[in-house]
Amino acid sequence: MTEHVSPDGAWDVGRQRLGTRLLLGTGGLPHLGLLPDLLAAARPAAVTVSLRRTSSVREGGLLDTLTSAGVPVLPNTAGCTTAREAVLTARLAREALGTTWVKLEVVGDETTLLPDAVELLAAARELVAEGFDVLPYTTDDAVLARRLEDVGCVAVMPLGSPIGSGQGVLNPYAIETLVASVRVPVVLDAGVGTASDAALALELGCTAVLAASAVTRAADPVAMGAALAAAVEAGRLARGAGRIPRATTARASSPVTGRAFL
Amino acid sequence: MHDSTVTLNGEQVLLPAHPTLVVLLAGLPGGLPTAGVAVAVDGAVVPRGDWAHRPLRGGESVEVVTAVQGG
Repeated sequence: MTEHVSPDGAWDVGRQRLGTRLLLGTGGLPHLGLLPDLLAAARPAAVTVSLRRTSSVREGGLLDTLTSAGVPVLPNTAGCTTAREAVLTARLAREALGTTWVKLEVVGDETTLLPDAVELLAAARELVAEGFDVLPYTTDDAVLARRLEDVGCVAVMPLGSPIGSGQGVLNPYAIETLVASVRVPVVLDAGVGTASDAALALELGCTAVLAASAVTRAADPVAMGAALAAAVEAGRLARGAGRIPRATTARASSPVTGRAFL
Repeated sequence: MHDSTVTLNGEQVLLPAHPTLVVLLAGLPGGLPTAGVAVAVDGAVVPRGDWAHRPLRGGESVEVVTAVQGG
């Protein structure tokens, strides 16, 4: 479970070595001018982008900001509902950005935005064969995660709860089971609403957290970016420290013997 | 679908006089994209180095994409 983590806390995902445990999505940010301050506050290990039609590419835009901040860019296949679309989008991302990794998203419908397991696995297999480092957005199903690892994905990205819902980790048991079932890094993706959600993910054994809406749609995105950066670090340390087991009865922390007779 | 047009990002446009991909892309509002874009014709990526050599035929569909904010 921790083979991909080095002593200083850096972690490897495919051919990338990443520093911090927070990945940031930029979707929903009120304006791009906030991005430099947000990157400074959140210190993301990588930032995700989507691919959309364009008729002109202006300088000083999103890519320029990310490049000058030195943050690795992770393209996603958001909006794709079939393996065919996702594979083509990944190829376009590689051509546009010169990247070899991709956050693979293949959703079943626009209402739930839940991953389509069948299309996801097919797309993952094809992209791995084409030399991509594939990070699939998936459900919290440990068996599917193992299938994705088996076809060569370099990480798995289970949802804590639906995209943009801010409901946090709805099934901590499932996430913990999933973490125990795979060797590749587990990055909790989707559902983070606030700092405690991100800390919990790390406490459950996730290597990192990806947050987008939690930050970009917060009343103060820069402050929330700082909060999540602190949260993933707290969660990482707590995971390493080893929490006490939950008990159904009290257990005094003060000595029970030697009390004065009063 | 008409023989003298191609679809560019979902819009019907007339085929240029010398119908290659690079000529079509040079006609974009921002001119020929310098970096950060990728182009697909009928579902296949055309690498930047091949834009000048890729002839266009009527009815083909060209998609031009770039990175935007996203999760």
